[in-house]
Amino acid sequence: MKKKSIMHSIAAAPHIFWAALFIILPLIIVIFYAFTDAEGNFSFENILGLSEYGNIFLLSIELSVIATFICLLVGYPLAYIIAKADAKKQKFFIMLLMLPMWTNLLIRTYSIMAILDDGGFLNNLLNTELHIIGTKGAVIFGMVYDFLPYMVLPIYTCISKIPKNMWEAASDLGCSPIRVLTKVIFPLSMSGVISGVTMVFVPSISTFYISQKLGGGTFELIGDTIERQFVSSALNTGAAISFVMMILILISISVMNKFSDPDDGGIII
Amino acid sequence: MKTIVCKLLILTFVLALCFTLFSCGKDNDEEGDVSSKDKITLNVYNWGEYISDGSLGSYDTIAAFEEYCKNELNMNVEVNYSTYATNEDMYSKLSGGAGTYDIIIPSDYMIERMKNEGMLYSFDVTELENYKYISEEFRGMYYDPDECYSVPYTYGKVGIIYNSTMVDPVDVENKSWDIMWNEKYKGKILQFNNPRDGMASAMFLLGLDINSTNKSDWDKSLEKLVEQKPLVQAYVSDEIYNKMISNSASIAAYYAGDYLTMLDSNPDLAFYYPTEGTNVFVDAMCIPKNAKHPELAKEFINFMLSPEPATANALYIGYASPNSLVYENPSYIEEMGEDAMEVLYSEDESRYPFDPFYHSFSPELLAYTNGLWENLKTENSTELWVHITSVVIVGSLLGYAIYNICVKKKRSKDYRLRDKAKLLEKRNAEKSKASAQNK
Repeated sequence: MKKKSIMHSIAAAPHIFWAALFIILPLIIVIFYAFTDAEGNFSFENILGLSEYGNIFLLSIELSVIATFICLLVGYPLAYIIAKADAKKQKFFIMLLMLPMWTNLLIRTYSIMAILDDGGFLNNLLNTELHIIGTKGAVIFGMVYDFLPYMVLPIYTCISKIPKNMWEAASDLGCSPIRVLTKVIFPLSMSGVISGVTMVFVPSISTFYISQKLGGGTFELIGDTIERQFVSSALNTGAAISFVMMILILISISVMNKFSDPDDGGIII
Repeated sequence: MKTIVCKLLILTFVLALCFTLFSCGKDNDEEGDVSSKDKITLNVYNWGEYISDGSLGSYDTIAAFEEYCKNELNMNVEVNYSTYATNEDMYSKLSGGAGTYDIIIPSDYMIERMKNEGMLYSFDVTELENYKYISEEFRGMYYDPDECYSVPYTYGKVGIIYNSTMVDPVDVENKSWDIMWNEKYKGKILQFNNPRDGMASAMFLLGLDINSTNKSDWDKSLEKLVEQKPLVQAYVSDEIYNKMISNSASIAAYYAGDYLTMLDSNPDLAFYYPTEGTNVFVDAMCIPKNAKHPELAKEFINFMLSPEPATANALYIGYASPNSLVYENPSYIEEMGEDAMEVLYSEDESRYPFDPFYHSFSPELLAYTNGLWENLKTENSTELWVHITSVVIVGSLLGYAIYNICVKKKRSKDYRLRDKAKLLEKRNAEKSKASAQNK
């Protein structure tokens, strides 16, 4: 028994080292900068001065909530359809879903900009003058497009793990197909939904590239603000915003987990 | 399918491993070949796309320098070349001690800042053999008056790029910044996406000093930018290429050298320098204080000033060169063409009364201008539908969650009651059984 535990700690050592070096240490550095001023003295001023970024925080949260919800609306039926398809087709659909992810996110976002731009591909094709880039809608579209696979994959995994006899039992006992979905499958796939929502919401709220390119820079999300702080060497303010955002994300995830089914929810945290 | 993927992964891994082993082996061989001398690595840190790198048949500056070291200096030098996107990136990497470099190429205001912070190696620049070719105009600049830190590499000016098919010729006649505030071109104007350049465009128009330490000057500039915001299609950096080439936008302020690059892809573009004045920049080669091989770095700088590399780089980058060997070289002039030479090297005709170079800001002023820029970005930025939609979504989700919890509570209460009833029944049954036995 004792031997095994030594083996365990040896096996865990690289992971602990990794986590300490690349997760814990950076976190400590962020917190250190968030609570010190430019001279390195302890101060609350960075955190207290954040109220002026309130609007940016609100806008980021709102846009990512909308994007996450659209991802859920589109992603759930898609995951359901894929999970219901036969095995060969499933592999094919999943591959189609993953295919865009073989191209880097930045390149995809840049191409969306080129396609939807005022003189871009779409407007040339339709011979119209649609103004899409530079609106909130374009940013939401970018978030949905870039992060949709993160919503579909966990839900798909979850639905395909539900034993077939659950479906059969429910319909045997007189459930209509719609009631099977709403009363049996949806509650059972809740853990997939929760992790999907988390995996879309978190990158959406912290994105800066999508909002910069598709938003045309006419408004800022919190990721842009953080980036600009670091670029202009305002490390302390940047760290303070990052710190507050981490807290906000933690709160929203734990609230989400509270409201989900406690029996099978809580995949993350 | 799964097994194929597995096999593919393993194959890639093995190939990668082989490749690394192979290239390592090659390295060792090379070291064995050359005489006993140690290999010296010169770390060069430059802007992206800022050196002729041998691509598309151009002159390979790095290889040529290595060759030069081998033949002329009898040294085995390897250049380790890396790039950055902004002065600030480079500064934070150096000031954080994250890298030691032998050569960096910052812009004027950043040289001033790094010099003041003691981050630059000091040496007599005039002792470099080829320094004599640098035009008088670019010696002893404000950021380096004693010529002991930097050697100019390129320079340029900001101007207005416009699409001649989309802009009325009358509006460009007076060559002014005010075209960027012209209501006629609403939604077709591109503005810089950084506080310094963005605010400077308004300050030139207003005739204010771009290095003003007076906060009210900056407030005025912000006011002007807020006024401009409804007309602006986008605040851009490198996206400007795509947008100007594809005719998505018709007016933008950017650097002359980049205008020439865009002109290659879209011949409808035209350019002028605003008469109110415009920003001038110089990028210069410097040696950081913690450089490992400052002597070799000097050789590198000297090499970059010699005719062949200097001309090749000027052609490749497309910015103006302060090197007389370049701008007086007939073949360079011929290759650039008359129009491009006119754009790059035209005399300054503006009537700007202040210094057109950016100077380094105090941290306080930097924070202040950043704050103003933030105000510009948050200015009426949220439309009502965003609020409404997100409130509806959050509300309905919360409603659903609370409903679920209520249902579950009620259900578990029902279950508990039922369990209790069952337990009672069981006990009663046991009791009655026991009493029956007793009897």
